[in-house]
Amino acid sequence: MNEFLSALISQPFLQMSLLAGLLASLGCGVIGTFVVVKRITFLAGGIAHSVLAGMGAAVYFGFDPLLGALIAAIVSALLIGWIRLNWKTQEDTLIGAIWAMGMAVGLLFIAQTPGYTSSLTSYLFGNILLVPEQDVWFMGILDLVLLLIVGLFYRQFLAVIFDEEFARLRGVPVSFFYLLLLCLIAVTVVLLIHVVGLILVIALLTLPAAIAGHYVHSLGWMMLIATLLGSSFTIGGLAISYSPDLPAGPTIILLAGSAYVISAIFSHYRLKRRAHQSLSMSL
Amino acid sequence: MIELHNVSFSYGLVPVLQHIDFSVEQGEFLGIVGPNAGGKSTMLKLILGLIKPQTGTVTVLGKKPAQQRTQIGYVPQYPGFARDFPITVEQAVLLGRLGAGRQFGRYNAADYAAVQQALAELEAQDLAQRPISALSGGQLQRILLARALVSDPKILILDEPTANIDMRIESDIFDHLRELNKRLTILVVSHDIAFISDYVSRVACLNRTLVCHTTDAINGHLIQHLYGEPIRRVAHVH
Repeated sequence: MNEFLSALISQPFLQMSLLAGLLASLGCGVIGTFVVVKRITFLAGGIAHSVLAGMGAAVYFGFDPLLGALIAAIVSALLIGWIRLNWKTQEDTLIGAIWAMGMAVGLLFIAQTPGYTSSLTSYLFGNILLVPEQDVWFMGILDLVLLLIVGLFYRQFLAVIFDEEFARLRGVPVSFFYLLLLCLIAVTVVLLIHVVGLILVIALLTLPAAIAGHYVHSLGWMMLIATLLGSSFTIGGLAISYSPDLPAGPTIILLAGSAYVISAIFSHYRLKRRAHQSLSMSL
Repeated sequence: MIELHNVSFSYGLVPVLQHIDFSVEQGEFLGIVGPNAGGKSTMLKLILGLIKPQTGTVTVLGKKPAQQRTQIGYVPQYPGFARDFPITVEQAVLLGRLGAGRQFGRYNAADYAAVQQALAELEAQDLAQRPISALSGGQLQRILLARALVSDPKILILDEPTANIDMRIESDIFDHLRELNKRLTILVVSHDIAFISDYVSRVACLNRTLVCHTTDAINGHLIQHLYGEPIRRVAHVH
């Protein structure tokens, strides 16, 4: 741990990694809360995995992979949203198909690009230690866009997530905000790619918010606590993995996953105990 | 206030409503009764503009239903949200202000005042800061009603508002509705003809077609006509 702290002070690349982790945590705290309470983890998974198509195409055609990821994420978010709104009967099969086809397209592009196969692992599982400075700037801009849109339309998002039919009756353009929400999920997925990679994204997107949901009963608090938890997992995972030279992404995910399991068991028994107490009080 | 002209609707091949001519005047307290799958909820959805009729026209306050949604307060049969959603009563009721107040950013003082007033009217102020997961069935029903009232609508539409709560709270809710009827036009769907006949000013009986449309008192003959076979009336004493 000491080795990590001294490296953090002396190594600019590690400071970049830490900053990237914090920026990603902000996105996962705010949008992850929406994903968890709306119960659309599967949709988010579909968006996350099909991102590989854009990264593969970017590598093949020679432009920035993160930009490719953003484009692919938005396209697949709109596609998945359109399916959900207009083709509900086969929703899960179609999303599963997009999920796998996106990855397949990406793998084909990468296979056709000479000398680039080594970067595949970092797209899939993240490589927070090698975040270029310009990508950190890009992540910062994505965070700003995210917070601005959520801040402006927080009530509309809440209405759509809480009760779609009622929101429609109040004149809220439900389809528009639903698609916008999926686009924000797409942006968050891109934020998280450097940290944990697109395969593990879904865990960091949902687990901090799910843990927060065990203890608080408002979306605002969930977002705040999920952001703090996401930051702790990212920094903690980075610190733990640094000395033994373990990959940071999986370490972060295992940390978040263990915390979730412990919290789920704890809150389950807390609820049981409270039920007992309220019964014995009323007797 | 509400006009339906020769309205027919079907889901796929099954006709749900056929040739409905129907109107609601200002200040009415109208009960819509009929058997299950008789088209009651479908008719509400047509009036709310959530679905469009295959034939015929629906107008609300002289315009298409979808344009008048903000003039209608709606209480659904089942809440359209998960009971464990992390939200307080106040925040849930505030969502009823969307479309009435400001569109961007935060709620203003008028929004909060409207929520306080609606909760007070239903004697539910003390629930404001509770999470909705902690509400009983009857409390939840009042909150749904408050959410419908908070936008200050001209028409209140309720779909089986008391199907999931016990009878004491049922008459409590209807006493509130009777009070609200002094300023609002009310449409309420129910399966319980005998009960609502104590409250409503008129009854429409719906079983695919409009079987009756009457101001007369409900009697056994009418019920038999509506349901198509003799049924024993259960006397309700309130």
